[in-house]
Amino acid sequence: MVTPKFAKFDTMALHAGQQPDPTTGARAVPIYQTTSYMFESTDHAASLYNLERPGHIYSRLSNPTVAVLEERVAALEGGVGAVATASGMAALFLAVATLMDKGSHIVASGSLYGGSHNLFSYTLPRFGIETTFVNPRDPDAFRSAIRENTRLVFGETLGNPGIEVMDLPKIADIAHEAEIPFMIDSTFTTPYLMKPFEHGVDLIMHSLTKFMGGHGLAIAGAIVDRGRFDWEKSGKFPTLTEPYAGYHGLNFADEFGPQAFIMRARAEGLKDFGACLSPGNAMYILQGIETLPLRIEKHVSNALAVVEFLDQAEEVEWVNYPSLKSHPDHELAKKLLPKGAGSILSFGVKGGRDAGRRFIESVLLASHLANVGDAKTLVIHPASTTHQQMSDDDLATAGIEQGMVRLSVGIEDPADIITDLKQALRASQKA
Amino acid sequence: MDVQVDGCRAHAATGSRPINNQERAVIFIHGAGMDRTVWQLQTRNVAYMGRQVYSVDLPGHGRSEGQALSSVAEMADWIIRFMDAANVQTASLIGHSMGALVALECAARNPDRLDKLCLMGVAEEMPVHPALLEAAQQNLPIASELIVFWGVGEEAQRGGHPHPGLWVHGASQTLLDMSRPGVLYSDLNACNTYKSATERATSVNCETLFILGHQDKMTPVKSARSLSAAITLSSTEVIDRSGHMMMLERPDEVHKALTSFI
Repeated sequence: MVTPKFAKFDTMALHAGQQPDPTTGARAVPIYQTTSYMFESTDHAASLYNLERPGHIYSRLSNPTVAVLEERVAALEGGVGAVATASGMAALFLAVATLMDKGSHIVASGSLYGGSHNLFSYTLPRFGIETTFVNPRDPDAFRSAIRENTRLVFGETLGNPGIEVMDLPKIADIAHEAEIPFMIDSTFTTPYLMKPFEHGVDLIMHSLTKFMGGHGLAIAGAIVDRGRFDWEKSGKFPTLTEPYAGYHGLNFADEFGPQAFIMRARAEGLKDFGACLSPGNAMYILQGIETLPLRIEKHVSNALAVVEFLDQAEEVEWVNYPSLKSHPDHELAKKLLPKGAGSILSFGVKGGRDAGRRFIESVLLASHLANVGDAKTLVIHPASTTHQQMSDDDLATAGIEQGMVRLSVGIEDPADIITDLKQALRASQKA
Repeated sequence: MDVQVDGCRAHAATGSRPINNQERAVIFIHGAGMDRTVWQLQTRNVAYMGRQVYSVDLPGHGRSEGQALSSVAEMADWIIRFMDAANVQTASLIGHSMGALVALECAARNPDRLDKLCLMGVAEEMPVHPALLEAAQQNLPIASELIVFWGVGEEAQRGGHPHPGLWVHGASQTLLDMSRPGVLYSDLNACNTYKSATERATSVNCETLFILGHQDKMTPVKSARSLSAAITLSSTEVIDRSGHMMMLERPDEVHKALTSFI
C-alpha cells in the first residue's frame, strides 16, 4: 500500500508555519515588530478590509510572527487553522464570544483551572451566559445538563487540579447528539501527548504560556478549529450561519466552510475585543515549541520518578496521578494518553492544611508560584491561591481538598527534585 | 444561493454579495471530493470586482442535494442546467482539477454559453493511482491523506501561508474527509475514465487561461501542453512554488492571474 510521507511531529514542531524570510534569508522566525502593513493600492486595502484576500492590515488582527505560531499550533493539533491570543483566558473568552450570545448556556467540567471557573461562574453571567458544572467523570451528567439553549460543552484533558482524565470520545458523542461543539483545554497534555481532534473534539484551546512555551517567559493562548462541526446542520449558531453586517452580509459558513469558526473568531472577536498576542511573545512561544517533544519526554519521565517517590513517602497521605494504578482513570489514561499523563500531579501531606503550608514554605529547588508547565519544578496550594474564589461546595465538586498540593514536575535532574521534596516533606511534619 | 436543478437543491456561494444579473457571471467549479469553499480565497474578491459569482457545489457535494454525477460529461451538462436555473445566459467558467475537465467539456459542448475559460491544475488525462482509487472506493482515510500528500505542494506542506493562521494541509484534508461516502471515489473515477480532453480542447474557441502549479505532482505542467496547444486563444500562467492546490496555496498569485483574465 502506498503511504503518504508527511513530516513527523518532531519535525513540524521546528518547521511548521514558516518559510525562511524571502527578503533577508533569515532562518529563525523574525520578530515583525510592527503595528501595520503597507497596502499595494487602494483596491488592495479595500479587499483586505473586506476579507476578500489574505494578508495583514494591523497587528491586532494578525502579524507575520504570530501567524507562524498560529499555523504551527494548528499543524501540531491537526486543525484547519488557529488564532493566537494574548493569553489562554483570552482564547477561552474569544471562543465563547464567537459561538454564543446572551441567553446561551454552557455545560462544563467542574474540575477546571480557577480562572476558567471564575469566567463561567461570575463573569459570563453578567453577559447573560450561564454555566452548569458537572462531574468530569460522569458522562451522563453532561447529557443531563444540556438544555435547549446550550451552545458549548467544555472541559480539560486533565482536570485542574484533580487530574481527572476526561473521556473525550464519550463526551464528544454526547455533545454531538445535541448538535453542539465540544471544546477542550489541552494545556496540560499538549499535542505531543494527546491529539483531542482524533477523539472527536471540535475546538481546542491552549494556554501556550505553559508546556508549549515551557520557559515561563511569555503569556499566550490559542484556539484551534478542527473544522468538522456542521454549523449549518446544527442551526444553533447564527454568528456563523447568518449574514454578518460587520462585513457587508458575509456568511462565514457559506463562504469559508470548515474555516467558518476560526475566520469569525479573528474577523470579529480578535478585532473587536483586541486580546491579540504580541509578536515578541509569539517568538518566545515558538522557541519553546521547537523543543516540545524533548521537554515533554523528560517531564513525563521525571513525573513518574517523583510519583514513585511520593507514593512511598510516609509523610504523604495520597498521590493523584493517572499513571498510578490507584488512580480512578488509570485505564482511560492508558488508552487516551499512551505516551504519559503529563507532569502535573497533586498529593496530600499528612497533617492537613498546616502541614501543606509548611511543605510549600520549605521547598528549596521547587518554586512556589502561580503557573504550571514550566521547565522548572513548581508547587502551589490550590485552595488558597488558584482556586480560592471557589465555594467549599465547588471545591468539593472539583475534588480539591484543603491540604492538597499541586506539583508541576520540571525537567531538572529527577534526583535533585526528589531530594528537595524529601526535605520539604520532613519539614512539613515539624509542627 | 440555492436553485432547483433536476428537482434537487443546487447550492452556490456568491461571495456573500447580492447577485446582480446585469453583471457578468463567473462560475467556479471545484475538484474531486471538494466543495465550493475550496475557492474561499477567490470568490469574495471576484464578486467585489463587480461579477455575479457562483461557486457551485456539484450534486452530492457540500450543500447540493442528489447523487454525485459519475462522468465529466454529466457534470458539464449539469453546469448548463444550473446556469438555466440561476437565469445566467453566459458565464466565464473557472475550474480546478476535475472541475477544469468539467469546464473544458462544458465549453466544447456549449460554446454559446461561455465567454471565457480558466483551467487550473488540469491535464490532458488524469489517471488516478490504483491504490488511491481503491482506498477511495472503500472510503478509507488514507485516500484523503494521499491526495493531500500529492496535491499540496512542498512549501505549503510546511506552511507559511499568506492567510494568517490557515493550515492548508489540514484545511484540504478536512474538506476531503467531509465529503459524503462514495463521492470521492465517484469523482476520481470520473477523472480516471475521462480521455477526451485534448479532442474537446480543439472545439474550444473562447479565450482560455491555464493556471498551473510549478510543483504540481498530480497534474504536472507538461501534462497540460497538448491542451493549451489545441486552444487557439490560450495563455498559460505557471505559479512558482505551488502544488496542485494553487488557489489555496498561492492565492495572491492566482489573484493576479485571475484579475487580468476577468
